[in-house]
Amino acid sequence: MISASLRASPRPYANPYVAGVALGLVLLTAFVVMGRGLGASGAFASSAAGVVSAAAPEAARANPYFARYLGGDGPWLDWLLIEIVGVGIGGFLSALVAHRLHLDIERGPRLSRNARLLTAFGGGAVMGLGAVLARGCTSGQALTGGALLSVGSWLFVAGAFGAAYLVAPLLRRLWT
Amino acid sequence: MTAPYFELGYFGTRGALVAALVIGIAFGWCLESAGMGSARKLAGQFYLTDLTVFKVMFSAVVTAMLGLFWLGRIGVLDISRVYVPETYLVPQLVGGLLFGVGFALGGLCPGTSCVAAATGRLDGVALVFGMWCGVLGTGLLFPALARFYERTPRGVLTLPQVAHVPYGVAVFLVVLAALVGFMSAERIEARPRIGA
Repeated sequence: MISASLRASPRPYANPYVAGVALGLVLLTAFVVMGRGLGASGAFASSAAGVVSAAAPEAARANPYFARYLGGDGPWLDWLLIEIVGVGIGGFLSALVAHRLHLDIERGPRLSRNARLLTAFGGGAVMGLGAVLARGCTSGQALTGGALLSVGSWLFVAGAFGAAYLVAPLLRRLWT
Repeated sequence: MTAPYFELGYFGTRGALVAALVIGIAFGWCLESAGMGSARKLAGQFYLTDLTVFKVMFSAVVTAMLGLFWLGRIGVLDISRVYVPETYLVPQLVGGLLFGVGFALGGLCPGTSCVAAATGRLDGVALVFGMWCGVLGTGLLFPALARFYERTPRGVLTLPQVAHVPYGVAVFLVVLAALVGFMSAERIEARPRIGA
């Protein structure tokens, strides 16, 4: 099935408003079923806490940021970590049925493959810092906190998109 | 009130993890089908060539917001039992600014990078790894950042509270802003572009 999916031509993406409403209903389902919203950066935090805890249990417990992920069922059964595993599975399945699975490095026409991997890594690292300080990312703050009308979440959105628009002209070489 | 089910004890932690997986799969499916696993598509948001990010995110926020409001209003959902992220003004603004720089540089956000990676994009894998290292590094330096992290706490603070308007009015104004935003987005995408 996977090889058949790789050979067929990719289907066009869904209408963004339809996909957005569907995503909103998924978020609403999380609120109704769990009493909490979606997230992504929390999964990175709990898995980082899990690795630190395995390497240096004392240091992990002494660190207030990692320590909070070490209670309960432990960092590897954190709700957001399981949810993000689901995100990977869901994304894979959606791409599979729409013939959009393919191994590549997506990049601007002027960027080498290695340079793209480097900017992706660097961008991720900066977002990691930002998401820790902001207590969440585009999922936990923008979507979840946004729908709950949390002031801090809307402040995060304003900061994130404001900064992205400010630096985008300097980064034009990466994408065009 | 019959919801939120987990908060009201309808099922335990094992059920919660099954819910996490199912909700995650649906989340990832929505993101991928909208094209949100593509860094070039997402970066188009910042050059005003492709406003998919804005349309998907804002319609999702509006849908969930309206659902919360009406389920609360008809008495199905006890909104006071839904966890609202607490507000810390300065760290969230600064964190947002840094996040935006990383987003423009990497072209994907944490959730969409997982979709990109799962669909075979190696730049998505690199971004997931970068994000993980960034969170790990910040976590290791956390004792030095803890004072900043705790600055300007405002607890659970919502837009209707600061604007001194009823919840329903705030919901209505956000819907109105979304509709204006969607119309503007369509006009921006439709305009002729030099060199395009």
